[in-house]
Amino acid sequence: MRNNPNTFTNSQADSTETPRGGLYYSAIILYFIRHLQACLSSLGNMSLTPFATILTVSVIGVSMALPAGLLVLLHNTEGLLNVWQDSTNISLFLKVDTTPEQAQQVLAKLQKMPTIAKTKYISPQQGLKQFQRSSGFSEALNALPKNPLPPVIEIQPIFSQQTQAQMQHLMMTIKQLPFVNEAQLDTQWVKRLYAIVDLVKRGIWALGVLLALGVILVVGNTIRLLTQNKRHEIKVLKLVGASNGFVRRPFLYSGMFYGIFGAIMAWFFVDIILLWLNRPITALAHLYQSTFGITGMQITSILMLLLLGGMLGFFGAYLAASKHIKAMNPV
Amino acid sequence: MISFENVNKRYGNGHQALSQINFDVKDAEMVFLTGHSGAGKSTLLKLVALIERCSQGKVYLKGKDLTKMSHRQIPAYRRHIGIIFQDPHLLNDRNVYDNIALPLIIAGVRHQEVARRVRAALDKVGLLNKERNYPKALSGGEKQRVGIARAVVNKPALILADEPTGNLDPDLSKEIMLLFEQFNSLGATVLIATHDLALIATMNHRILTLHQGRLLSSGVSTHEE
Repeated sequence: MRNNPNTFTNSQADSTETPRGGLYYSAIILYFIRHLQACLSSLGNMSLTPFATILTVSVIGVSMALPAGLLVLLHNTEGLLNVWQDSTNISLFLKVDTTPEQAQQVLAKLQKMPTIAKTKYISPQQGLKQFQRSSGFSEALNALPKNPLPPVIEIQPIFSQQTQAQMQHLMMTIKQLPFVNEAQLDTQWVKRLYAIVDLVKRGIWALGVLLALGVILVVGNTIRLLTQNKRHEIKVLKLVGASNGFVRRPFLYSGMFYGIFGAIMAWFFVDIILLWLNRPITALAHLYQSTFGITGMQITSILMLLLLGGMLGFFGAYLAASKHIKAMNPV
Repeated sequence: MISFENVNKRYGNGHQALSQINFDVKDAEMVFLTGHSGAGKSTLLKLVALIERCSQGKVYLKGKDLTKMSHRQIPAYRRHIGIIFQDPHLLNDRNVYDNIALPLIIAGVRHQEVARRVRAALDKVGLLNKERNYPKALSGGEKQRVGIARAVVNKPALILADEPTGNLDPDLSKEIMLLFEQFNSLGATVLIATHDLALIATMNHRILTLHQGRLLSSGVSTHEE
């Protein structure tokens, strides 16, 4: 033999003299060391196959960007609806031949009603001017022999405090006032839009659940392939006494990282798309004399997205790794 | 140390690998297990390592009934035995040092102690100058010695070896067997499956012979107690 047998004998003797606690890490330190090792080794493995990693992360990113982006757009739509609802007015058309004094009487009566927040009198002359400005038919309107517009009172009810029945009651009351020709309430279409938005929201959630399932399956499949590629290493580790949990840990980290990186990519996709949409949307809003602009993802939404991605990835990896590692026996 | 009582092993495909196996291995004994390929040598070792479970009978290790051991207990159990195969099953993406350190890392040994024990094991198998090499740069005999170093680095009380010299020339085979004898002389129980009858005939240890899943020699000890 080319080695010295005494060395081994001596070292064996030494270690039996050393107290056991000194040779092993304490449970808490070992816990952190194991997690750090698993974390680093999973990142190392992902960097070894950059193309495959980017591909998987992109699939997850696209899957998550779709529902996330739609939810952001929906959130913006809801904000817009709230603005519209606040500005929902009742237009009270008076009879054409009502004098300004008679209109003032109506106005006084309306202002006494507790369910009305604001009133605004628009005389036929003011109405005509407004119409000329906004319609572009000023030439044609000038040609008319006399102003065809009635006086109008715009009423802003205290909307949020009223039920639909109370609203109906208000409508009935003001319609019966003297000199009133017609009252128009423009909330019906807002309500319909709300119902549609509600439906769309459910659709997006259903889509989200399906795509979340997709993320779990994508990560699960990736981890399954990874366990197959590392079959030899898994068997050797089990042979020298590694528990299933020890072998599985780096795979769980990989799954979690796939999910988190995918979520970051989804966030990136959504912001790019919103940036792209923002200019035409503000331009469109400008045409409607609105300063509406799209708001991007909030910090809480981004954190939620990352958390969700990490959890889905972890879960997918857990399912795949547990199943396949348990099935692998040494040699 | 090891005790088999009426052990039968039938695989899922119906192949009867072992029938009515009875034998004992004493503490710090070195025993050879021989027989043609397919006689059941590997299966017998796998039953001790709990890679396979026996269909009938009892396997005891230090009086502990292995057939009753749960799956959760197996990893901790394996840390107390050293297992060596014909193919040393090294991890090619890690160097010699890291390969040998693997069982210690798994057991949670401090890194200073890991370094000490890995060097001691490397010294023992005569590869102290190769600790930074990768398995691809090693010869067949060196790889097998790294495999042995990994198996003994935990100082197991029991060493199991399945055809450890199967791929090696006679000189190297002899060297490996002498290595096992040294571990045995340090107090480890050693059970080696091999068909190299010429080699083991030169060594003075008990020989168990398997034929078609049955034990031929009743395990009478030629070992001087």
